[in-house]
Amino acid sequence: MPKVKKPKVAVWKFASCDGCQLSLLDCEDELLAVAGAIEIANFPEASRAVMKGPYDISLVEGSITTPHDAERIQEVRRISKFLITIGACATAGGIQALRNFKDVKEFISIVYAKPAYISTLEKSTPIAEHVKVDFELRGCPINKYQLLEVVNAFLNGRKPNIPSYSVCVECKRRGTVCVMTAYGTPCLGPVTQAGCGAICPAYHRGCYGCFGPKETPNTTSLSTWWRRLGVTNQNLVRAFRGFNAYAEPFRKESEAYEQK
Amino acid sequence: MIGEQVLIERQDIQKLLDVLHQKGYETVGPTIREGAIVYDQIASVEELPIGWTDEQDGGTYRLKRRNDQALFGYVVGPYSWKKFLHPPVLSLWKAKKSGKSLEIIPNSDEIPQYAFIGVRSCELHAIFIQDRVFTNGKFTDPHYQARRQKIFIIAVNCVQAGGTCFCVSMKTGPKATVGFDLALTEIIDGQRHYFVVEVGTEKGAEILQKVPTKPAQPSDKKSADERVAQAAQRMGRQLDTTDIKELLYRNLEHPRWDEVATRCLTCANCTMVCPTCFCTTVEDVTDLIGAEAERVRRWDSCFTLDFSYVHGGSVRASVKSRYRQWLTHKLASWIDQFGTSGCVGCGRCITWCPVGIDITEEVRAIRQSESAQLSERRG
Ligand code: SF4
Ligand code: SF4
Ligand code: SF4
Ligand code: SF4
Repeated sequence: MPKVKKPKVAVWKFASCDGCQLSLLDCEDELLAVAGAIEIANFPEASRAVMKGPYDISLVEGSITTPHDAERIQEVRRISKFLITIGACATAGGIQALRNFKDVKEFISIVYAKPAYISTLEKSTPIAEHVKVDFELRGCPINKYQLLEVVNAFLNGRKPNIPSYSVCVECKRRGTVCVMTAYGTPCLGPVTQAGCGAICPAYHRGCYGCFGPKETPNTTSLSTWWRRLGVTNQNLVRAFRGFNAYAEPFRKESEAYEQK
Repeated sequence: MIGEQVLIERQDIQKLLDVLHQKGYETVGPTIREGAIVYDQIASVEELPIGWTDEQDGGTYRLKRRNDQALFGYVVGPYSWKKFLHPPVLSLWKAKKSGKSLEIIPNSDEIPQYAFIGVRSCELHAIFIQDRVFTNGKFTDPHYQARRQKIFIIAVNCVQAGGTCFCVSMKTGPKATVGFDLALTEIIDGQRHYFVVEVGTEKGAEILQKVPTKPAQPSDKKSADERVAQAAQRMGRQLDTTDIKELLYRNLEHPRWDEVATRCLTCANCTMVCPTCFCTTVEDVTDLIGAEAERVRRWDSCFTLDFSYVHGGSVRASVKSRYRQWLTHKLASWIDQFGTSGCVGCGRCITWCPVGIDITEEVRAIRQSESAQLSERRG
């Protein structure tokens, strides 16, 4: 019998903190199985060995912030059968997309001694603004079980079980008492996509929106309620300008309150 | 004796729990966790929310101190008994591949024998409604049935009503009339603190034999009845159910649905906290090398897009259509489907909606606009 070729998986890094790649490394036990089932062909965080493409799956971490990266992602797309973006940077531009609300040239002149050496783009943008993406896995950082699920689903040719409903669904299933209703603590859970397992409410904190906007997010209604809870316009802007600040529904909501 | 009423003094309530333990029951009841009253395992009376009450309104819930030491001086919290009878996450079976054979391993978790302490009348009705859903039709849910068969129910009659309660409108309370093994009414009268206990079943009578009781005097029964009647007078909400099914079916395109859609977050909290909502989704989980698989069932909700997904997209894409599905299922199509209302008036969906959307208010708005139109036409 001919030897079945193991699917080749590559991990790519753009502007990011490496946290999402580390989620893959964090799958200790599962990683053994992963290593048996797939060939990790390019994974800078885990090994320096690089195998040439094409790849069956490319996991892309990070956003596009430089002209060079804007070209590099085109090359990654060319040599990948499936391209899956992982994390808030790759799917929404990340925390570095806060620059999108300001003039980046000003930052450069303040931060760098020789601004002329800096080659950067005006905006930090998600991968999907540059190339076709087959699946976006949200989170800051991503949830390792969701990552395994996505890789698994792609390897087996099925749809990943990654729900796009609210954090509230997970919050209620785990039996947490709602912090917004019981304490009046502002929570982004009702407009944020599930995936983290509702960690923050379980520790009596409001959701920070790490997994980005859920399906059909009603940010306007939630903001109106937050105002009733005593949140200022300025703090509303801050709340929506987190790791997913540049995701459209969050961006529009923060801009609406910036103008108020 | 079934129907008999006796008295238990406050200090003997622990004995009731002890007897249940001796009989092998796992006692679950109200206790304070994370700033709310939830149902959880309790071994001692001290774990009850003694001297606490809850203030509830649309989108808000607060615990408050009472000026007495009542054991049951509050109404219902976020989680109903549904979480025990119809668990939020349930592994249905696992499959293992070894060589060429596939082994199916059914879930063999031991089914706990629960004694529910402090079931309110609306919640008893919610259990009857889920009985119809899960065990009365052509198909029986074995997981629900296995849990349901074993429970022992101590009901508590409500002597005060919550800010979002409307059991009187739904004819489900505040007095527990059927379906309990024992039903307590708490009475605090000056220095005296005791319970009038009604026996509902032989099982209930048997448990009581081991607990110190006294016969209830007519005056005790009267003061229990008066307290319950007071609660009935003080419902926080009301819902006029006259012709409700027809009213809603006539108004499926009413502009009010668009209005509520501007507020609704489609977060699904209302369906999760509702003691009668039963919908679930089933997910298959596999490991990477394809050696093991598991089928897991989770609570689902008609507020998610996936819920109505058929090839090509979701049938209920708009917020309006999802809110309308929820409200009309609870109050109208449930009647066609199961012969009862799907709402018992517990008020949870109002309190735990993060933006305080109120099912009674939505129905009222539709009803009032109709009667306004009618009187306009009459001139
Ligand atoms: S705590 Fe937040 S996530 Fe949880 S139910 Fe409340 S609003 Fe939703
Ligand atoms: S619809 Fe609301 S009030 Fe009625 S039973 Fe469900 S949660 Fe309670
Ligand atoms: S209201 Fe929605 S979640 Fe509840 S039982 Fe009906 S369809 Fe299911
Ligand atoms: S009615 Fe309230 S609880 Fe229900 S989905 Fe809408 S916002 Fe969420």
